[in-house]
Amino acid sequence: MDAADSDGPARLAADAVMARWRRDPHALVQILRDTQAVTHWLSRPLLAHIAGALGLTLAQVEGVAGFYRFFHTRPVGRTRLLFSDNITDRMLGSETLLAQLCARLGVAPGEVDAQGRFSVDRCSCTGLCDQGPALLVNHHQVVTRLDAARVDALADLLLAGTPVGQWPAEWFAVVDGVQRADVLLGGLADDAPALPVVLAQSPQALLDEVAASGLRGRGGAGFPAARKWLACRDAAGDLRVVVCNADEGEPGTFKDRVLLASHADAVFDGMTVAARAVGAQQGFVYLRGEYRFLLPQLEQVLARRRAQGLLGPDACGISGFDFDIALHLGAGAYVCGEESALIESLEGKRGTPRIRPPFPVQAGYLGRPTVVNNVETFCAVAHIARRGGAWWAGIGTAQSTGTKIHSVSGDCARPGLYEYPLGTPIAQMLDDCGARDAQAVQVGGPSGTCVPAPEFNRAIAFEDVPSAGAFMVFDRTRDLFEVARHFARFFAHESCGLCTPCRVGTELVVRRLDKLAHARGAGQGSAFDIALLHDLDTALHSGTHCGLGASACNPLRDTLRHFGAAYAQRATAPQFQPDVDLDAELSSARRATGRDDAGAHLHTDTPA
Amino acid sequence: MSAVDPTFDLDGQPVPLQPGDTILSAAARAGLDIPHLCWSDEVSGSASCRLCTVLADGRPVAACVTPAVAGQKVECRTASLATQRLRLLQMLFVEGNHFCPGCEKSGNCVLQVQAERAGMTALHFEALNPERPVDASHPDVLFEPNRCILCQLCVRASDEIDGKRVFAIGGHGIATRLLIDSPSGRLGDSALSVHDRAAHICPVGALLPKRVGFAVPIGRRRFDNEDTRG
Repeated sequence: MDAADSDGPARLAADAVMARWRRDPHALVQILRDTQAVTHWLSRPLLAHIAGALGLTLAQVEGVAGFYRFFHTRPVGRTRLLFSDNITDRMLGSETLLAQLCARLGVAPGEVDAQGRFSVDRCSCTGLCDQGPALLVNHHQVVTRLDAARVDALADLLLAGTPVGQWPAEWFAVVDGVQRADVLLGGLADDAPALPVVLAQSPQALLDEVAASGLRGRGGAGFPAARKWLACRDAAGDLRVVVCNADEGEPGTFKDRVLLASHADAVFDGMTVAARAVGAQQGFVYLRGEYRFLLPQLEQVLARRRAQGLLGPDACGISGFDFDIALHLGAGAYVCGEESALIESLEGKRGTPRIRPPFPVQAGYLGRPTVVNNVETFCAVAHIARRGGAWWAGIGTAQSTGTKIHSVSGDCARPGLYEYPLGTPIAQMLDDCGARDAQAVQVGGPSGTCVPAPEFNRAIAFEDVPSAGAFMVFDRTRDLFEVARHFARFFAHESCGLCTPCRVGTELVVRRLDKLAHARGAGQGSAFDIALLHDLDTALHSGTHCGLGASACNPLRDTLRHFGAAYAQRATAPQFQPDVDLDAELSSARRATGRDDAGAHLHTDTPA
Repeated sequence: MSAVDPTFDLDGQPVPLQPGDTILSAAARAGLDIPHLCWSDEVSGSASCRLCTVLADGRPVAACVTPAVAGQKVECRTASLATQRLRLLQMLFVEGNHFCPGCEKSGNCVLQVQAERAGMTALHFEALNPERPVDASHPDVLFEPNRCILCQLCVRASDEIDGKRVFAIGGHGIATRLLIDSPSGRLGDSALSVHDRAAHICPVGALLPKRVGFAVPIGRRRFDNEDTRG
């Protein structure tokens, strides 16, 4: 049904959803997701109805609905298709396929067709870079390995009105793609002690092992896990919370998807160990909206673990250890990977990073001391708790202990997951994945580091090139300026809008790069434009509210430094050219005077 | 020997601090100016404008929400921070549509005076020229979104002082905007009263009480000085 048809059915749908969530305003993001799954979009009267039922204002609910990219506050098609728009999808031809599908369906990107049947658009990386190009259907399922034939068949089914449930099952196939497994991807040994045996140790002993392991968070910041846990344990408060950050939004990263798909028990083991160590009662997995297709199997694993007594009252047979885990879905917002923004989202709010202090370990979810760790971190804990901290500390380097999983994509023969001890040189990884003629690797995603070929002897480690797990390879046919421009669009699209430098600065970077790329109707680029990009880079590196803004110019900074020629060749004008298209500005005057002769035109580009 | 009051160092000046102080609140009490737009001692901080960015022991932080720490070295008046403030102000100017000569707030506007103090003489960046319809639906208060700098002072004043929740923040990125809580989304249908604190806390000319335009002539306004008094 459509919210637009009449408000009645949409309201009934929302009422049923809200009843399931016990009318808890902190579940607003989940309520909007579940409601939209029925109504397709969220009309203003529907938002008002939800606001009234939850005791929120319409403006608050509208603010939340307008924040997440997956919520629609305007009518959309009954079937919604979002093409994953990471640079690796584009390198695999996603833009051509998007155009092909739009042409077949007679709809423009971002629009809905006249009959309201379908809408086609782009979205940020869906975490399927090794099996892309990919698209997301109704924020629920993914279609992988798109090619011209598959898009043609897809258009046939869409035009015939075939329900998604009857599409060929192989289109939805998502593979693990493990190319090199070490301890984490190898899984727990068959004879590994069961969790209750592990938890027979005292909470202090569990914490001591994690401290001895030297484990640092795998989400990017690299904060020592044991220090975070200790701070949470020692913070004032009766209730404590453990959150697994499965909002794997960094473009080019897809390792957590595989860990959740094939090693969910290890991840939940790690969360339970953390809960025991810090004294937490409540657990959450914040699963990015793009991974909605994993939800049923994760619910199944949790149900089984409850039946096994691993979760729930007296979990793992420990009297008084009441711990359970709930799954929450994101709705398309990269910034929610930042831990305090994630907590805001868990509380049903806009995913705006919080002011710190207080830190989440002091006052997190609903003000309770909260540990937030990455999926891979918890997976590592499951192994460390069984094999000991010294074992983990013996892998990797002194400052970067253990292994790290890398999501390898781009120009290489064998994309997929590669797990190495930390300290492994980039050159070896390139060799192993069959990357020939690479000119650069984007390590850690757009917010990470662009490493050029002369630096391939550097190692992935916190003390050298840190990584949150993305490893995108660009060969010598690629234009690193266009890569940086793509990432700039990503950050501008994902900015939460709170602080001035990120909200305005990311947009100004995009416009300046577009000018250099001649992608807007403005003048040619000059050295002035490159100087201005340096200004913006400095401004964004000099105090933003959170890490998104602080890292938004990393691709720009790295490529300006290592691939300056790609910029210089676009800055061909001998002097500054105006940012506006002067000729276009004259169009209204031409209309008013009825003139269109040469004298009624101006040219922005002065002859060189 | 009497106990020495704890202080931190702001550009070479000792600043006494009390429990709960932020760098900005302690400096303000001591009569020292750290430039800011979105902070007020009446409401909680939003840390959105970033104009008050200082270096606390070398690390850039928002002075309005960063706890003051005894013995800390805080730098505000450095050349690079002056440039940063100028760039932030230029960003705010190009983001909206700010035409000071035609604005009733001119002379009372905090954005204008900060830009003047920062030595801003040009936009530097391209103007984004957004299209934002004016909302004059309220009988007593004008909402001019072209001048809104998303400081959230009205949001917080309505929440924390007036207890009305009239405003909220919507959208994201460059499309972030101020939302008004009413069935139509217009100010005239909201619970806002001209007597609310939220109707008067705006540092720029985005929310203006009606029918008092130019009651105080230009030249006699808050930020007029010997040069502009005429």
